[in-house]
Amino acid sequence: MKLHEYQAKQVFADAGIPTPDSTLASDVDGVVAAAEEIGYPVAIKAQVQVGGRGKAGGIKLADDEAEAREAADAILGMDLKGYHVEQVLVEQAVDFTDELYVGVTMDRGAGKPVAMVSTKGGVDIEAVAEETPEAIASEHIDPAFGMHPYQARKAVYDAGVDRDLARDVSSVLTTLYQLWDDRDGADAEINPLMVTSDNEVIAADAVMNIDEDALFRQPELAEMEADAASGDALEQKADEYDFDYVRLEGNVGIIGNGAGLVMTTLDLVDHYGGEPANFLDVGGGAKAARIANALDMVFSDDNVDSVVFNIFGGITRGDEVAKGINEALGQFEEIPKPVVVRLAGTNWEEGMEILNEDLVTVEQTLEDAVQRAVSYADEVNQ
Amino acid sequence: MSVLVDDDTRVVVQGITGGEGKFHAGQMIEYGTNVVAGAVPGKGGQEVHGVPVYDTVNEAVEAENADASVVFVPPAFAGDAMFEALDTDLDLVVAITEGVPTQDMARVKRRLDETNTYLIGPNCPGLITPGEAKLGILPGNIFASGEVGLVSRSGTLTYQVVDNLTQRGIGQTTAIGIGGDPIIGTSFIDALELFENDPDTKAIAMCGEIGGEDEEEAAAYIDEHVDTPVAGFIAGRTAPPGKRMGHAGAIVSGSGTGTAESKINALNDAGVPVGDTPEEVADHIESFL
Repeated sequence: MKLHEYQAKQVFADAGIPTPDSTLASDVDGVVAAAEEIGYPVAIKAQVQVGGRGKAGGIKLADDEAEAREAADAILGMDLKGYHVEQVLVEQAVDFTDELYVGVTMDRGAGKPVAMVSTKGGVDIEAVAEETPEAIASEHIDPAFGMHPYQARKAVYDAGVDRDLARDVSSVLTTLYQLWDDRDGADAEINPLMVTSDNEVIAADAVMNIDEDALFRQPELAEMEADAASGDALEQKADEYDFDYVRLEGNVGIIGNGAGLVMTTLDLVDHYGGEPANFLDVGGGAKAARIANALDMVFSDDNVDSVVFNIFGGITRGDEVAKGINEALGQFEEIPKPVVVRLAGTNWEEGMEILNEDLVTVEQTLEDAVQRAVSYADEVNQ
Repeated sequence: MSVLVDDDTRVVVQGITGGEGKFHAGQMIEYGTNVVAGAVPGKGGQEVHGVPVYDTVNEAVEAENADASVVFVPPAFAGDAMFEALDTDLDLVVAITEGVPTQDMARVKRRLDETNTYLIGPNCPGLITPGEAKLGILPGNIFASGEVGLVSRSGTLTYQVVDNLTQRGIGQTTAIGIGGDPIIGTSFIDALELFENDPDTKAIAMCGEIGGEDEEEAAAYIDEHVDTPVAGFIAGRTAPPGKRMGHAGAIVSGSGTGTAESKINALNDAGVPVGDTPEEVADHIESFL
C-alpha cells in the first residue's frame, strides 16, 4: 500500500525529518488560500499514486495568484495516467543548490533491509541504479540489531556527500530507517532531499510503501488507505471483493486459484494465440459466493469475450467452486460470455457432478480449456 | 528415498486446535504422516485426532521425540511461532501461513542462519514424499512415488505440474513448495542441493515465477553443481511490469532482472530446458528418464 505524498510527508515530519510547509487543497480557491498562507513561490502537486507526475504535467510552480489559479485549474480534475486528480498539495517551493537521494528498502535477495544514499537525487533513481550503480552507496542492515549510527555515516561518506552536510544527511537516513522499521515499510524514500543555499536539507518529496501484510499492526496507516483509493473502477471493485486482480488489455477473462497457476493460465492464453484480459486469483479455500463474485468481476469488463476458469483444488474444493459457478450463471437468461471450466484436485469429481453443463463448457486439462476459451474469443471477433 | 521427510519423520503441528490446523492435521494423519503432537499456548493437555497437545513446542518435542513442525498459526503470530520452533533445534520447520509481514520474515531468516534447521515457506503448500508423509496442505491423491524431485514457488502450480507428471506415470521422490514470498527459508538452491545428493532422484522439475532473482541464482548453481538433469517452468511471461501478481514476490520491477525472459535465459544458459506449458515440462522430464 502506497501512501500519498502528503500522507508520507506527514509521517516523515512527525518523525522529525524536515519537510517544506504544505497544505492539501481540493479546489482552486483552496489552492490560492493555501499559497497565500505559505507564501509564493509555491509548487502545486497532484496527489495521485503514479510515478513521473512532473513530466505528465501534474506538478507546476506558481509565483503569484494568477499562476496559482492557472496551475490549480489545469491540475485539479486532470486525468493523470488513468487517475483522476482530486487533490493537490500546495507546498513552499524550496530554493535549492543540490539534490540528494536517501532510501530504505528490503533487499529480498539478501533477506535484509538496505539503506541507500546518492548525490544523484532529483532524477529517476531506478535509471541511476541501472546505469551507474556506483553512484548509490548502500549498507545492509542486520534486522536483529537495526541500523548502527556508523552505518549511516559510512553510507553518507561513501556516497560522497559534502562534509558540511554529512551530519544532517546521516540523521535523516537514521530517522528514515527507524521509521521504515517501526511502520512496516516496504520502501521509504526521499527523492529529492534538497540542499538549500543555507546548507540545510529538506525532504521535497516523500515516498512510503507499507507492507500490506503488516497493516493489522499499523492502524493509523491502514486508515490512510481508505482515502487513498483512486484509479481503475474494476480494480476498485476487486479491492471491495478482496481479490488479487490486475486488469490487462486482452479479451480472454481468466479466473483461477493461486498466483502461480493463474499466471500460468495467462501465459497459456498468450501461448495459444489469445490475449489475457485480466489476472484474477480467488485465493485459497474460496467458497461459492466468492466464485460468483469472481465471475461478476470478469463479466463487468466490457473487453472480455470469453472466460476460462481454472481451479486446481488443494484447500479449495471443487464442489464449492461448481456451486458458485451455477449460482452466478443461473441468474442469467442468456450467459453474457461463454465460460470454459477446468476443475482438478480436491473434490473435483463432486464438483463435476454438481456443475450445470448447460451453462458452461467443460474441459479436462488446462491446455484444452485455454485453447477452447481462446477459440471462443476469436469467434466473437470474426 | 526422499529428501527432508519420510515415514519416520515425527511431526508437531503448531496451531493444531485452530480450524486450518485441525483439518490439515487430520488430512496429514490420514495420509500416513507420523503426527505425534500439537503445540498451542494455553491448550496443553487437550487431544486433537488422538494426538496430545502441549503448551510449548519445546515440551512437545521433548515428550514425543519430534524432529519436525508444521506451522498453522495466524500471520500476526506466525513469526513468533517460527522463532519458537527454531529455538527447539528441529531438523525441519514448515510454515504454511500466508501473509506473514516481510520484516518479521527478515528477522526469522536472520535467526535461521544460526541454526541447522531447514525452514520451508512461509506461504507455501508444504512438502510431500509420496506414499510416506506429507507436511502441509498438498492434496495427497495427485502424487505418486517415483524418481522426480520437484521444487516450486507456487502451490497450485506444483499441483498442476505434478498432475502432468503423474498422469503419464511419472512419480516423485519429494515435492517441495518453497513459497512465493519475498523472503523465504529454504531456497531453490537448497532444494537442488538436496535432490542432487539424493541417489533416487533421477530428474528435477523446478517451477519459478517472475520477481526476484532466485531463479537466476539457481541457474548459476545448476551450472556449477548439479549433474541431475533439470527441467524448468517460469510463470508470469505475460505479466505487465510494475504490477503485483498475487504473490507478494511476483512483481517485475521493470529494471531488466526478475522478468520471465531473464529467468528463462539464465536457465537455458545453464542447460536447463524450460517448457512453454506444464505439459512440455513433463515432456522434458520424460526424456530424462
